[in-house]
Amino acid sequence: MAGLMSGFGCFTHAVMRAAPRSLARDALRSGGQEVDLLKVQEEHEEYASVLKHRLGLEVLELPADEAMPDCVFVEDAAVVCGDTALVSRPGAPSRRRETEAMKSALTELGLNVVEMTDESATLEGGDVLFTGREFFVGLSKRTNQRGAEILADTFKDYAVSTVPVQGALHLKSFCSMAGPGLIAIGSSEAAQKALKIMQQMSDHKYDKLTLPDDSAANCIYMNLPGKGDVLLHCTPEEFPESAKVFEKLKDHMLIPVTNQEKAKVDGGLTCCSVLINKKKNI
Amino acid sequence: MAVLSSGRPLVLRVPGVMTTEVGSETDVKKEPEKVPEVQQHTEQPDKPADSTASASSDPPQEESRSAEAGSDQEATASPEPSSPPAAGGQKKDKGISRFLPPWLKRQKSQSQDKPGESAAPPKQESEEVVKEDQEETSQPKEQEEDGGGAEHSEEVKEAREEVQPEEKEKDEEKSIGSADTQPVREEKEGESEVKESDEKEENEEEKKEEEEKEEQQVVQQEASVPSTLKLNKKMKMVVCHVTLLDGSQFSCEVEKRAKGQYLFFQVCDHLNLLEKDYFGLSFKDNAEQRCWLDPTKEIKRQTRNSQWQFSFSVKFYPPDPSQLTEDITRYLLCLQLRQDIASGRLPCSFVTHALLGSYTLQAELGDHDPEEHRLDYISDFQFAPNQTKELEEKVVELHKSHRGMTPAQADAQFLENAKKLSMYGVDLHHAKDSEGVDIMLGVCANGLLIYKDRLRINRFAWPKILKISYKRSNFYIKIRPGEAEQFESTVGFKLPNHKAAKRVWKVCVEHHTFFRLVSPEQPTKTKFLTLGSKFRYSGRTQAQTRQASSLIDRPAPYFQRTSSKRISRSLDGAPVVNVSDYSQAAGAGENGPALELNSDSKSPQVEVVEKPNADAATSIASETAFETDDASERKSKLRVQGENIYVRHSNLMLEDLDKTQEDVLKHQASISELKRSFMEATPEPRPSQWDKRLTGSPATSLRLQAQGSLEEELTSLFLSKACFSGLAGSCSTAAAPAEASQGSAQPEVPQKSPPHPGTDSRDASQPPVVKTEMVTISDTFAAQKTEISTKEVPIVHTETKTITYEAAQLDGNGDGEPGVLMTAQTITSESLCTTTTTHITKTLKGGLSETRIEKRIVITGDSDIDHDQALAQAIKEAKEQHPDMSVTRVVVHKETELAEDDD
Repeated sequence: MAGLMSGFGCFTHAVMRAAPRSLARDALRSGGQEVDLLKVQEEHEEYASVLKHRLGLEVLELPADEAMPDCVFVEDAAVVCGDTALVSRPGAPSRRRETEAMKSALTELGLNVVEMTDESATLEGGDVLFTGREFFVGLSKRTNQRGAEILADTFKDYAVSTVPVQGALHLKSFCSMAGPGLIAIGSSEAAQKALKIMQQMSDHKYDKLTLPDDSAANCIYMNLPGKGDVLLHCTPEEFPESAKVFEKLKDHMLIPVTNQEKAKVDGGLTCCSVLINKKKNI
Repeated sequence: MAVLSSGRPLVLRVPGVMTTEVGSETDVKKEPEKVPEVQQHTEQPDKPADSTASASSDPPQEESRSAEAGSDQEATASPEPSSPPAAGGQKKDKGISRFLPPWLKRQKSQSQDKPGESAAPPKQESEEVVKEDQEETSQPKEQEEDGGGAEHSEEVKEAREEVQPEEKEKDEEKSIGSADTQPVREEKEGESEVKESDEKEENEEEKKEEEEKEEQQVVQQEASVPSTLKLNKKMKMVVCHVTLLDGSQFSCEVEKRAKGQYLFFQVCDHLNLLEKDYFGLSFKDNAEQRCWLDPTKEIKRQTRNSQWQFSFSVKFYPPDPSQLTEDITRYLLCLQLRQDIASGRLPCSFVTHALLGSYTLQAELGDHDPEEHRLDYISDFQFAPNQTKELEEKVVELHKSHRGMTPAQADAQFLENAKKLSMYGVDLHHAKDSEGVDIMLGVCANGLLIYKDRLRINRFAWPKILKISYKRSNFYIKIRPGEAEQFESTVGFKLPNHKAAKRVWKVCVEHHTFFRLVSPEQPTKTKFLTLGSKFRYSGRTQAQTRQASSLIDRPAPYFQRTSSKRISRSLDGAPVVNVSDYSQAAGAGENGPALELNSDSKSPQVEVVEKPNADAATSIASETAFETDDASERKSKLRVQGENIYVRHSNLMLEDLDKTQEDVLKHQASISELKRSFMEATPEPRPSQWDKRLTGSPATSLRLQAQGSLEEELTSLFLSKACFSGLAGSCSTAAAPAEASQGSAQPEVPQKSPPHPGTDSRDASQPPVVKTEMVTISDTFAAQKTEISTKEVPIVHTETKTITYEAAQLDGNGDGEPGVLMTAQTITSESLCTTTTTHITKTLKGGLSETRIEKRIVITGDSDIDHDQALAQAIKEAKEQHPDMSVTRVVVHKETELAEDDD
């Protein structure tokens, strides 16, 4: 019987959501780039296919909603840890309603769903880094202190530390977990600063995997039965230097996944799914 | 962030001698004042060592002795117009004493102490009195003042020198007779730090009150105890009630003057507990705040509770309970945690409540029995602050799955899960940050955590903290500067009152010592500047208690788990009834460790300023090398006595970004010792274990030579020590880039050339590579020197540079990977005549931790230097500082140059 905080990276299910046509024109973005919807959809399918066919996860795909151009980025709508799911309250007003479908999906999956009802709280899942032992919550334009507090109240077992995020949309715009105790981190000043804060705040020791490109530091780690360490990461086409770094992870099953088009609307790899472990840990 | 920010607004100046060099240029002016003290100090070179020896030979009594000496002194030193010549009445029968006015009783008790217990020569008394007197008591009945109240001496002394009499009087007026002076003080706080008044008289008043009340309480207590013993004046007995972890009461009679330790041992005996160092007795003070009973002090001086009611509790939560030796210890820890959880002190999620609850059931009730165990069978248990039916059902469901698990196994599982909770072992204290925002300070094994609401907003690992102190209702920590920072900063927190500030300070001192040090530091008593609090953690450290526990060799003791009364089945043995009288040394062996993180007080060494670019050494050693050996050493005493020390820490920290500093924690203890000793040895006679082994030397001469650099002698000493480290688990070769297999391949090349403090950075993250680095001081110090107006007293500048590499680790387990450089640091100190650069590296290989210290000593002086002597001296000093190491290489390089002049 596994105890608390075991099984980091073990997932059985993923919740995804199709990309609406409105994404190309209306999705929020920090750059002013044109987005090719078709490409987005291709990428999305590839992604889903990797989860389903390559990794054997059960993927629950929610239908797109044209009224929610950003709805493909499901990560922001919920934070799932263990059998508890916190349905968030996105900082971008246009995204608030994305949580509705997410909430019902998570409930359907049998998770203990907690909603963030406080009107003063905002939190987007992209600002939440769960390391397996603790949470770091980026305080960004989209996530505030109150949101972080509610997260801490929801996941009482874990330390929840706040990390100011500057120069990026989300905390996970430049970092993510690349393994147990291994933080993938971008090279930018903002990323490095955030990493330092996280290290200072933590009782635990993390290794880091420094990527030349911030965006490349957003990768997805899983630990799957029969497959061991699995890492979904950027492709060499997008970030050749960073891809080389990932390739040094000899023990991981490395799966490059294209994310070029979604990156134009600030979407990272982690953004497109909410991963869930339904095998009971305890 | 709860930070007052850096700069140095809060820098507390060290009193007396140390004051002058501590801080800034402005202090320098005062330098002449130091001279007398320096002399005074050097005149009595032998004393400290002697008394150290005697003190350590009888550690348990020492603190009390000094405490009592302090109070005696206090009594005699202070004019007490109101007290009649009490001496006559003091020896009277206790029965009569009940009718005597309180001040008489006070006198009596003191005089009794004197002959009986305070035989020690009152060498340090005057200083101690200073400490004691200055202790600010916000509550008149605070009774720990006698012994533990010395914390503020630093300011106090300063206050005495600098505070205008009018101010003192004003302060006194305000506080005398006031039951709670705190508000007044708080208002005044902003005015000036220096204004900390000399509160001697005030405290006298308060103390008398305290004593009076206390005495009354005891009398009451005695009256309530129908014991014939009370007729015996020598043996006034008091009944103590102790609430045990299982909720039961334990009562025992103790002599009225018994120390906390006595009662604690009684309780431990009763519990048949050997691994007692994790536990303590606590009591509630007037404000219903939990206070720990100091084992080294009399109970009655600490508690004002007429019932003498205590709780037996876990004081230091072992980070890894599986390392406890005995099941009974784990059982007691479980009981504590169940309380913590049920009370909400240890927050957990629903799932965790359920899981932990299920282990509790398994431990207490055994396998789930569908016949016997219906749902209501668990109603006696509280698994959570708000227990729901749903939770109970979940608990039962999980309970069923534990079939076959023994109670001890269930306890172990309970602990394995509980220890991962983020608030496990965190002692929380309410406070406000500098902006008045409510926060919580959490003291834990690794350091100090700052919370706002539930969020962790900052964290200061012990290695990051240079000094802790408290003053009035403020609690301060001085932070080692980060690599990009110029100066250390002091962070202040506002506690609800003075007592709370003191309490958090004490808890920090204790946790730091227990978890971070290998052994408590030696008593500070004989130190030259004994201005700090005498309060120190006096028990064994975790390292010591683990070692002691490993020797436990009794059959698993019998004990009952409360609910079921089932006989404990040990994992590895049948129950055996009652093995009493196991003679593990009690935790009282050591006394008064002097913390580096000290109270505001004594330490000269801790005024720390970052010095950015330390220039590379101007000279490089390596001409001649020869071996020396221990035999050639003669006794030597501290190197420099009474010198002014200016310690600088440069946190050039080539710290691998991946490796957070705090994890050096366990392993760094010995390094930290070395470093500390290095720093401390310079300023003051070091009454450490090392001193005991070695003997005095006239080292001073070297340093005290006239300035003027005509010649330089540079000596490099290489010392090394390999010691077995129980913590080190693995083996491989040191100093090689132990590549962590765990995917931390890094694009960047880790090798960095000499760190530039400001710029160093990102990415030295490859698995640890040994890097050594030598930094010798130059211009910055020279600049400083010129600011010093007088040269009679040599100034020692010290720079500390810490480079830390740690092994990649998994899972926060503090143990290092094999063969990895754990720490490396360079400490450079410079006086007018010598510059000492110490480079310490510590590596771990195969369960061995090896520490190498390389020292370079540049001796600059006029042509009269006897080089042989200087060299011998240098070696001597090195050995003296690190007696447990051997000198493996000595390199001497001489250089002569013409000085332009000697200023």
